[in-house]
Amino acid sequence: MSELLGVWLGAFLTLCIFSFLYKDNPFFRFAESLFAGVSLGYYIGIVSTNTLVPNMIRPLTADFSGNAHLLIPLLLGLNLYTRYIPRIAWMARLSLAVYIAYYVGIFMVQKLQGEVVPQVGKTILHPIGGNFTPVDNLIMMVGVLSVLIYFYFSIEHKRAVGVVSRVGIWFLMLGFGAAFGYTVMGRISLLIGRMNYLFIDVVQITSQYL
Amino acid sequence: MPETWYDPSRCGAPLVVLLVFCFFVLLFINLARRGRKLFIRRIAGIAAMEEAVGRATELGRKVLYLPGGGTLDDIQTIASLAVLRHVAGLTARYTVDLDVPNKDPLTFAATRDTVHEAYLQAGRPELFHPEMVHYVTYDQFAFSASVTGLMVRDKPAAIFLIGAFHAESLLMAETGQSVGAIQIAGTAEVTQLPFFAVVCDFTLMGEELFAAGAYLSGEPAMVGSIKGQDFTKAGLILYIIVGILLEIFGIHWFRDFMTIQ
Repeated sequence: MSELLGVWLGAFLTLCIFSFLYKDNPFFRFAESLFAGVSLGYYIGIVSTNTLVPNMIRPLTADFSGNAHLLIPLLLGLNLYTRYIPRIAWMARLSLAVYIAYYVGIFMVQKLQGEVVPQVGKTILHPIGGNFTPVDNLIMMVGVLSVLIYFYFSIEHKRAVGVVSRVGIWFLMLGFGAAFGYTVMGRISLLIGRMNYLFIDVVQITSQYL
Repeated sequence: MPETWYDPSRCGAPLVVLLVFCFFVLLFINLARRGRKLFIRRIAGIAAMEEAVGRATELGRKVLYLPGGGTLDDIQTIASLAVLRHVAGLTARYTVDLDVPNKDPLTFAATRDTVHEAYLQAGRPELFHPEMVHYVTYDQFAFSASVTGLMVRDKPAAIFLIGAFHAESLLMAETGQSVGAIQIAGTAEVTQLPFFAVVCDFTLMGEELFAAGAYLSGEPAMVGSIKGQDFTKAGLILYIIVGILLEIFGIHWFRDFMTIQ
């Protein structure tokens, strides 16, 4: 019975959200508020159960001296709340600074090693050699160089630089067009999934109880 | 040196590029701090920001600023904070309502501080209310449902979507467009840029967002880092051109050096 109730509740809330396509209305507002509230509560539960308890509380209670280093992130986390005490609110920024600096360091190396350097290596091609046709090679070389010049901010885009950067914009727009089509296809498959839920799952589960 | 500290296979091109990049960034930050004027070209979307806030003032409607769904480990969010400071300064100056809903808790803390500081700097601290920067939820689509509802009910005259956006980008930008708001977007998420380019009036694409952050803040560290990136980029462009010429003559060293096994 709970399955039947769940599937009809899901269908009702889906229709409430879809009703926004007509205009804003009380059903949409109800679903919107419910969705926001439930998701926030769920997120707090997930963080607490999957992150805080296994990575912080359990190790500290099991072996405090062996896991004393965990006090550093704990203190950094608690330090964030000093922002509610006006006199020492500036201290919260220390935690944010550690957090940002840590990720900047990691991402800088990741991006260089995973994206920048391989892209440069793959762009250095013999114009009429390699695995691709000469036209493909030319598109690759002109595309990468012109887009790089478009994103060069130290000079005005005038005369020759302006012409090359316009070519870069064309390459960007072509890329966006392809990405747009690809993503729209993905969204349509999500819509099909929801329609399957409304017209197949709901009907099948309901028929089991009739 | 213990082996775990040092991996020789990773010390080719990435290390060299990293060192060159750091050198240029530190050099230009230093120059900027010493007062050297560093040129960064003006980007179209920046000029439109003041127009958008001005339009909201004329219409007596609010400005909605969305800092994206990213947390503070994402450089797009950091750049968004610099843009937010500028926009909040404008809303304080023009005495127009500002609304900043947040998805990420850490970003929420930073955006509230940023808006507060902007109002203090503009000499209008009495206009700042903590509720103008509020938290919604962490769930991507629950957040976008709340924001789209807010757009339809409040009908903001100007909407800024600046930061890291994902699948929710089109939902929010299309709703914003339907309520007739001027929309200025900026993100480095390649998969979301097409949606912003189609729906918004101005779009800061990829690095333009970071350059806008630096341009607006004028902070030596940010301006210097953009300048440092530009010089690294120029070096890489030159490297590619020389590499292609050498490939024609059968010399593969340039390509091989940049090939990660």
